[in-house]
Amino acid sequence: MTTTETITWHVACQTADVPADGGACALINGRQIAIFHLARRNEWYATDNQCPHRQQMILSRGMTGSVGDEPKVACPFHKKAFSLKTGACLSGDDYQIDTFAVRIENGMVYIGLPA
Amino acid sequence: MNTQNNRRIVVLGNGMAGYKFCEKLIAKQLGSAIPFTLTVFGEEPRIAYDRVHLSAYFAGKTADDLALAPESWYTDNNIQLYLSDPVIAIDRDRKEVRSHHGHVVPYDYLIFATGSSAFVPQIPGVDKDGVFVYRTLEDLDLIRTYATKARHGAVLGGGLLGLEAANALLDLGLEAAHVVEFAPRLMPRQIDAAGSAILQRRLEDLGLQIHLNKSTQQLTGDGVINGMQFADGSLLSIDMLVISAGIRPRDELAKRSGLDVHPRGGIVVDNFLQTSDPAIFAIGECALVHSMIYGLVAPAYDMADVVAARLTGTEREFQPFDMSTKLKLIGVDVASFGDAFAEGDDCRTVCYENKAKGVYKRINISADGTTLLGGILVGDAAEYNQLLQVCKNKTILPPDPEDLILGNRGGEDVPGAGVMSLPDEALICSCEAVTKAQLCHEIGENGQTTIDALKKSTKACTGCGGCTPMVKDLIQAVQKQQGVYVRNVLCEHFDYTRQELLDLAKINQLTTYGAVLDTLGKGDGCEVCKPAVASILASLWNENILEKDRAPIQDSNDRYLANLQRGGTYSVVPRIPGGEITPDKLIAIGQVAKQYGLYTKITGGQRIDLFGAHVGDLPAIWEQLIAAGFESGHAYGKALRTVKSCVGTTWCRFGVQDSVSFAIEIENRYKGIRAPHKFKSGVSGCVRECAEAQSKDFGIIATDKGWNLYVGGNGGAKPQHAHLLVSDVDKATCVKLIDRFLMFYIKTADPLMRTATWINKMEGGITYLKAVVVEDSLGIAAELEGEMDALIANYSCEWKAVVESPALRQRFTHFVNAPTLKDPTVQFAPMRDQIQAQDWIR
Repeated sequence: MTTTETITWHVACQTADVPADGGACALINGRQIAIFHLARRNEWYATDNQCPHRQQMILSRGMTGSVGDEPKVACPFHKKAFSLKTGACLSGDDYQIDTFAVRIENGMVYIGLPA
Repeated sequence: MNTQNNRRIVVLGNGMAGYKFCEKLIAKQLGSAIPFTLTVFGEEPRIAYDRVHLSAYFAGKTADDLALAPESWYTDNNIQLYLSDPVIAIDRDRKEVRSHHGHVVPYDYLIFATGSSAFVPQIPGVDKDGVFVYRTLEDLDLIRTYATKARHGAVLGGGLLGLEAANALLDLGLEAAHVVEFAPRLMPRQIDAAGSAILQRRLEDLGLQIHLNKSTQQLTGDGVINGMQFADGSLLSIDMLVISAGIRPRDELAKRSGLDVHPRGGIVVDNFLQTSDPAIFAIGECALVHSMIYGLVAPAYDMADVVAARLTGTEREFQPFDMSTKLKLIGVDVASFGDAFAEGDDCRTVCYENKAKGVYKRINISADGTTLLGGILVGDAAEYNQLLQVCKNKTILPPDPEDLILGNRGGEDVPGAGVMSLPDEALICSCEAVTKAQLCHEIGENGQTTIDALKKSTKACTGCGGCTPMVKDLIQAVQKQQGVYVRNVLCEHFDYTRQELLDLAKINQLTTYGAVLDTLGKGDGCEVCKPAVASILASLWNENILEKDRAPIQDSNDRYLANLQRGGTYSVVPRIPGGEITPDKLIAIGQVAKQYGLYTKITGGQRIDLFGAHVGDLPAIWEQLIAAGFESGHAYGKALRTVKSCVGTTWCRFGVQDSVSFAIEIENRYKGIRAPHKFKSGVSGCVRECAEAQSKDFGIIATDKGWNLYVGGNGGAKPQHAHLLVSDVDKATCVKLIDRFLMFYIKTADPLMRTATWINKMEGGITYLKAVVVEDSLGIAAELEGEMDALIANYSCEWKAVVESPALRQRFTHFVNAPTLKDPTVQFAPMRDQIQAQDWIR
């Protein structure tokens, strides 16, 4: 079964605003979105900014990296790690974060949010 | 024997043997329906302590460190313990004892574990002031106090304890320490003349003055000792004397009670340690068994076991005990084993002597060349455990037995060498009677692969500690056998240890994470290797940690140069070196806190922490703090935190040095230096230690001659006192040694390893560290000092750099698309007259 979801693209920031292999937080429609630029892989990801463990608005300040080939971010508070592709918690806890589509165009970062 | 009527046991003496008896008895009666009632009378005011390592008391160990078990152990095990209360009378007919304080306790079995006292020869003048014995912690306290006003000390007796006591006198700061021995050689019971000559030279190099063949006729002085007069007419002028001329069994109570006592001392017992009264046993140094007094801890423990086994229903005889010993005397190895002095037709002797290096080795081999009878090692006893096992197990010797002490000089590997070649029943730990098979089982089957774990599960290494190196070898050998290769690599992205990575980054001159990962790693990195590499790069080059590609690899706190707190705000700690601050600076901190609504608190490290700062406010806060003359306090970094100080001679009426000035000097010297983990320091102006320097990674305590430097202390979850590295040095030497210590730590520790753990895990421990840092045994001291100088020269306040750089400042925002907006989810709650972070969801 295939489900289709309508998303709306929002301008978040310029590509240079997000540090290479780091993250930044953008406020879009009142929602805090964490944007990550994995420069070594030339990949962009976007997730919730809130870490579900202690509900802190912090993931954009987390450390990016990989486990095997899976790109991830680790929360700066207690090092809970999340897959940037699926939002699944990789540290053995039952947490899930939302992930969002990212598009890069003319030096701008666009985030796709559910309409 | 196990009826309700004979379950009352009274133990006389709370030394090592008495304690071990209680421990063994409790272990053996586990699960028994009617437990014994145990009453222990001790003459000393303290609970049982480790007398073998008595000298460690002068090296900084406390009475608590030396205690064999905490006081609660006695109550937990329902042992009635009377301290400072020796038994003074035994009524053997009524079977009860009466103590000094009048306690009358009935017994079914009575255990003498009264130990021994120092033997004091009847030399005229021994009652003068300034004459001591070396036996208990109280003796050591008296010696320490008296030593503060003495300059020349002597020890009567050149045995093991005497030499330790002489070294203690040097450590206590005496100008001269003499050793006076009646026999023509040192340690006459353990080593031969050639070994003694080598030992003597080594000890003289260390500053001891040795006088052999000296018969002391009298101690001179008017009430207070001022010299020793010898039979050969010579005179030695001293102002204190420690007598260490042997031991005398404490058998006086046994004698008064009508038990058989040997005319030359010792309670006579049979092979079951039973005295002439079948209800009374004697163990340890008060007992005369096999017509001798065993003055070592291992046989005493075995005696305790024999009696405990007997009372719980297992009969076994106490066997003649191997008196082999190995010890490190003031850094010089001395060992003797088996028949050390074997001579004659049944024996061939191989000797090796290296006067230049101060090494002497002798092995005695049976005439047919097949078995090892015994031997002596001085200066290098690395082969001791191996030789002892070969000797005890009567292992057939290789064709060239001299290889055992000289090493294999070409050809095949020596068969019979190596710990795995020992038979399963080989006794590795003789104090606790732990065999090789038991240890291998724990290591291999139960995964107990650390000394600490094995101490818990087998008690090996908990007695004299002599078997520790061999147990370590066993751990490695068993793991190797299982195909386990232990290597502490960083993570999946780097197949190197931290130390290897640091060396490689240095050789390749790498300064960015990208370059390190490209050159030495794989993948994208992770939250383990990124901060580790960040720390390595900072420790190598000390460049601003947020520049180049380094900001995103910094750990949470370093990334924003502040401490991340609940709710996502940060705390700010300006540096206040040594805890000294002017009123103007206090006002400046107050103004900043007021303006930004920050909660303020004094920290444990004598500074002021400002909590609740929004990430976007951090640069402005620091701009004001820097304008007021502050620098970053690195409270967020794996770097020097504070150097705590007491007020010292500037105000304190007890102080002997200016501790505040030294603390400020030290803090300014090492500020901003990054290491595998945070490190703290303290400087105390006198021995009262108000700055708690001994709980710091490196701590300095003033003496009236200079400064004592301690290293490896820790507070936190596993508090640990620091080890004394060096005493009475001047400031410049102290700083030089700290340079070396820190740099050696920075270069070799694992990520996030504090100095205490680093030293605990170091092969050779503090002794090795001392050799490297103080004696420069690796020849790297100059290099370490140079590297530290380079780091210090490269220091600049990283907050100043951020405040002055628009590009770096720009990173301090919560919303990249709304830089002036603060995170609206941040909430505070009132707390007394200030704020606290909103509690988070649990």
